[in-house]
Amino acid sequence: MHRFANPNQFLRIANPVLPWVAWLAALSIGTGLYLGLIQAPQDYQQGETVRIMYVHVPAAWMALFVYASMAIASATALIWRHPLGFLAAKASAPIGACFTVICLATGSLWGKPMWGTWWEWDARMTSVLILLFLYIGYMALVDAFDEPTRGQRAASILALVGAVNVPIIKFSVDWWNTLHQPASVVRLDGPAIHPSMLWPLLIMAVGFTAFYFAVLIVRLRSEIAAAKIRNIRIGQVHG
Amino acid sequence: MSASSPMRTPATRKRRRLYAVLAGLTMLGIAAALVLTAFQDNIVFFYSPSDLTEKELRPGQNIRLGGLVEEGSVKKAADGVTTEFVITDLSKTVPVRYGGLLPDLFREGQGVVSQGTLGPDGVFVASEVLAKHDEKYMPPEVADALKRSGQWKEPTK
Repeated sequence: MHRFANPNQFLRIANPVLPWVAWLAALSIGTGLYLGLIQAPQDYQQGETVRIMYVHVPAAWMALFVYASMAIASATALIWRHPLGFLAAKASAPIGACFTVICLATGSLWGKPMWGTWWEWDARMTSVLILLFLYIGYMALVDAFDEPTRGQRAASILALVGAVNVPIIKFSVDWWNTLHQPASVVRLDGPAIHPSMLWPLLIMAVGFTAFYFAVLIVRLRSEIAAAKIRNIRIGQVHG
Repeated sequence: MSASSPMRTPATRKRRRLYAVLAGLTMLGIAAALVLTAFQDNIVFFYSPSDLTEKELRPGQNIRLGGLVEEGSVKKAADGVTTEFVITDLSKTVPVRYGGLLPDLFREGQGVVSQGTLGPDGVFVASEVLAKHDEKYMPPEVADALKRSGQWKEPTK
């Protein structure tokens, strides 16, 4: 892992990867949207409304995946002082927050016609809202200190503390009775979703994941450049 | 690198930080588990009809009652607005009265969550009825075929 600790080493690998993940994201989101919104059948219960799933569910998965990545990156930054660990976490936070907002907004739009409500304080929805607040809190805390390293440490600890929320979100629908239904895809006895609907969903998930990595590389590049500029300026002041 | 511990190498400091983070996360996990267990009753979104018989409810206490709409129990009242139906968890049942718009998914055999108060006559007077749907997604033809072949599993919750 420490081979990638050097930002230049990282960029040497990330720069050629970027166009590939960007194209993968564009192609699979395009294909997934076409398959999900036009080709896939309607649901026996929910009719056409089920198509919201093809955006809502991958966004929810990514909200959790990005947070888990952020927590792991923060741990490497805190424990091993990995120079890219903190930058990766900082670059991930706004992306994860966007996925969480998409998840909450599409869920609300889905809840009104199906359940009869925009919002209810059930365990699944409340824990996802807390996830959004954790993302926002992280972003606020990172830049709240005059000395960057203090903000880095405080935000990294917040990211780690918030990680307890990730399993709570995943299992909220099993531990408590909720308005939200239990898991359809990631469950012990196999997906409870017809293959004609599962495939577009999985293609969308691949697209969202590729999108995350593409944006992450772009954001990391600019974070690395900003760090270099900061060092040059400090050098000029002290030189 | 502090002067008080000149023997400490970077490797042991990293290991110490690793243990500190792991210990902190473990404590945090235990704390979260304790809190969530303690608030179990407040986190559940609704009570089932069986829960209602076990709970001590204050008269007029606002609660949510969830379960399946019993087959053949839905009756429209003469005023055209009030609906009466029975919520069941397949062991206990509670009659419900509701005057308002029902969500599209509301039908017999469907999961619902209703908010309201349990009257002295044992009828649950709902101020809001929400529909639940299960985690199964399939095209209508597949659902019909499953029902025809007898492989359809009714929801258990």
